[in-house]
Amino acid sequence: MKPKVAFYWCASCGGCEEAVLDLAEAVLDVAAAVDIVFWPVALDFKEADVAGMDDGAIAISFVNGAVRTSHQLEMARLLRRKSKLVVAFGACAQLGGIPGLANLTTASGVLDEVYRDMAVPLRESREDGATLTLPELFDAVFALDRAIPVDYYVPGCPPSTKVVADAFQALLRDPPPEPGTVLAPNQAMCDECPRRDRRPEDVKLARFYGVEERAIDPADCILAQGFPCLGPATRAGCGARCIKGNMPCTGCFGPTSAVRDYGAKALCSIASIVSGNEVEEIDGTLDGIADPVGTFYRYSLPASFLGGQAGNLPHGRQ
Amino acid sequence: MPTTTRRITIDPVTRLEGHGKIEILLNEDGAVDRAYFQVPELRGFEKFAQGRPATSMPQITSRICGVCPTAHHMASTKALDDLYRVAPPPAARKIREMVYSAFLVEDHTLHFYFLGGPDFVVGPKAPKAERNILGVIAKVGVETGRKVIEIRRKLRDAISLAAGKAVHPVFGVPGGVSKPLTQEDAAQFRQAAAEALEFAKFTLGVFEKLVLGNREYVDLIRSDLFTHRTYYMGMVDEQNRVNFYDGALRVAAPDGHEWARFDPREYATYVAEHAEPWSYMKFCHLKAVGWRGFQEGAESGVYCVAPLARLNAADGMATPAAQEAYLQFFGALGGKPVHHTLANHWARVIELLYAAERLKELADDPEITDPNVRVLPEEAPREGIGVVEAPRGTLIHHYQSDARGLITKANLIVATQNNAARISMGVEKAARGLVSAAHADEGLLNMVEMAFRAYDPCLGCATHSLPGSMPLLVVVRDRDGTVLSSLRRDGDGGIHRS
Amino acid sequence: MPEEFEPKIVAFFCNWCTYLAADLAGTSRIRYAPNAEVVRVMCSGRIDVQFILKAFAKGADGVLIGGCHPGDCHYQEGNYKALRRYRLVQRLLPQMGIEEERLRLEWISAAEGDRVRVVINEMVETLKRLGPLRKAEGERAADLVEVA
Repeated sequence: MKPKVAFYWCASCGGCEEAVLDLAEAVLDVAAAVDIVFWPVALDFKEADVAGMDDGAIAISFVNGAVRTSHQLEMARLLRRKSKLVVAFGACAQLGGIPGLANLTTASGVLDEVYRDMAVPLRESREDGATLTLPELFDAVFALDRAIPVDYYVPGCPPSTKVVADAFQALLRDPPPEPGTVLAPNQAMCDECPRRDRRPEDVKLARFYGVEERAIDPADCILAQGFPCLGPATRAGCGARCIKGNMPCTGCFGPTSAVRDYGAKALCSIASIVSGNEVEEIDGTLDGIADPVGTFYRYSLPASFLGGQAGNLPHGRQ
Repeated sequence: MPTTTRRITIDPVTRLEGHGKIEILLNEDGAVDRAYFQVPELRGFEKFAQGRPATSMPQITSRICGVCPTAHHMASTKALDDLYRVAPPPAARKIREMVYSAFLVEDHTLHFYFLGGPDFVVGPKAPKAERNILGVIAKVGVETGRKVIEIRRKLRDAISLAAGKAVHPVFGVPGGVSKPLTQEDAAQFRQAAAEALEFAKFTLGVFEKLVLGNREYVDLIRSDLFTHRTYYMGMVDEQNRVNFYDGALRVAAPDGHEWARFDPREYATYVAEHAEPWSYMKFCHLKAVGWRGFQEGAESGVYCVAPLARLNAADGMATPAAQEAYLQFFGALGGKPVHHTLANHWARVIELLYAAERLKELADDPEITDPNVRVLPEEAPREGIGVVEAPRGTLIHHYQSDARGLITKANLIVATQNNAARISMGVEKAARGLVSAAHADEGLLNMVEMAFRAYDPCLGCATHSLPGSMPLLVVVRDRDGTVLSSLRRDGDGGIHRS
Repeated sequence: MPEEFEPKIVAFFCNWCTYLAADLAGTSRIRYAPNAEVVRVMCSGRIDVQFILKAFAKGADGVLIGGCHPGDCHYQEGNYKALRRYRLVQRLLPQMGIEEERLRLEWISAAEGDRVRVVINEMVETLKRLGPLRKAEGERAADLVEVA
């Protein structure tokens, strides 16, 4: 009997689905080895089909996307019940992802002032005597492991083909990986960067640049050129694809296992290489980072200690 | 099905990008009364774009959709050109359009073989477990299946070469692209282009054989059930031929005459949005004609975009094989404009052919290895609009920034939104025509889904935004359930307390 | 009548300077507001930005960093690193809805026991003016089930 496998998307862009399809010919081998029982982008199975299964009938569910509606929460819980293993697939499921930037604003600021501790109700509308419902939009975006227990993580926005293929292999191995493992190398992206040998011993920057100000030299270390490249703070596994595109790393693979709050650590590592000992000098250099939260927390705001706007949101992961 | 059934729900809709459900409401006689295509997702890109550097927008907005990230990346990059008043050098423009053409080929391929195509290749009422790419492969053969997968891989590898990644590319910068192409890169593009062209012709052949060669399918395409007489919008070049990367926007009226032709920067004069409380997806319509509800005809502002619309709005295709296919298309379906929604599938394959021909033209152009791929901005940023034709329709990115280049306002009109009204109408018409309390088997329900699948909708795209205010009703009850007060916030932000 | 708000401060003091200053304040019987929880680190440069944000997440209304004066760092450069991180974190905080006065960095040498009193008292006043970081304990706009 082939193991049953499901793919589902919460607040997702569909890029993780494409990442699986980018296994290309190997996808046919996967499809032959398992029984895909739910994958809305590609197959016609409906929610009722999943609900009708026995609990634990699905061997592995790969869930991508962050959780931001009541419906997505229900689906996450449903798949958790019906699956032996749940894998948080991609940056949104692991860390909240780019949609997590919505945590910088409160969806209903005015109402919060007046009505504390009130859940935003399920939207209902009546059309021609019938009630139509839309799911409740939570005030914040959550990473998947704030909604359900998660067994493994596959990082990246999207995960690279190699990481996806290796993750599938790892999950089939006996014994399986340690629960809670992030299925990608546990070292910094710099270690696999093709420009590694061009990195100076000691990087010290007096100025940060944006791509509108100057072109990036295609050979030298991008950080050493003054562009905020987050390679030193980011987990490897992507093959340094953005660097090969001659653009800085923006941190989509998240932290290594030594770090709890990615954005804080990335900020720390960039600040540490600022030259200058005087406040004015330092401030002049830091003016080149016009948007700290968008730079350092682009993919990981919901999973951070603060989770977003302090004072209005539940705590991020502690 | 018992005659007391009053509601049939299709949840989730499948073989498309994004989340949706269809609610079919039946009256006492068991006939379909109304049907609603509801989109239950929302992420808020226009809101959290504020405060971000404009130069990060090509990579941030690409996360609106991982199936068509290149479209957002391109529209955003063009918006940056406009924002910084800088024009890319010729080599950069060609590299961009070449990558974009490769993307159009592989994305239209994805739709035809994986998403919408299975309904025709395997059959609309085939068993659920077979209506998918695996069923297609079983029908057309493993060799063909491998060919489909291989050509997508080669095209996406080529895209990655120039753009860093196929999913969420990185190469778009104001005034050009991030890096030049080497001779080896160009050779890889040429190779992929040659194979893509062969494959595109092959796919047209598959369509002709399996769809046009099937009487039942042709009748379905032509049936009134899947037909709406609306306006059509698409991007055209100076000779009014379809162009995905740049040009003017042209609107054809339901009777086919040119109703408008304008610089995309003037989109706000022509296009407006309308909201309903039962879906997060807003409905675009032509401002001058007005919103008259979910109606078709010249008096209603409902219009559509994407392959059928583009072919209707243009006078022809810019490359030879595609032009021949274009003429055949209109010849077979009774002239312009064609109002049959399912003809989108055919139009899409014609566009696939055009994109492949265009890809080859650009890959063969020696200028693509020119090292000069960047003009640096000199002016302070202020406001910029970038428009492309995404595979799923016209895509508009409009940014305003402060002097430092931080976004103060972002307005996005995203492809499928333009189709939202016609999709809703299509789903309801199909439900009314096909479904009743006595007849609601799984195959029929799939045929209702076919009404939206023809548009290749991208619902993540269509629901990128956070409306200024959500329509919202809040009721405060005490512990016993007694209502103490209630507060209503309208879609325009007005607050009413009672 | 609500109780008067008593701000919680987490203070990271470097072992060689500020911590000794606080110690000196103690032995000199200098009195100051009791609102600070002191965490001793070997150097202000040891302070990972994660510590600062975690302190706020765990309920601190203010975070104070105390280190050696420029040029006096026991490890040469550590306090400059702290200064650079501090200036960048201060730009992050308003974006996250945290007023930048809630984070403060002071150079306090081992001999400056009284400076500890001045700084902490000032900070308590500032935080009382700003109010608690979180409006109400346990306030949640949306609550997901506990992870089992």
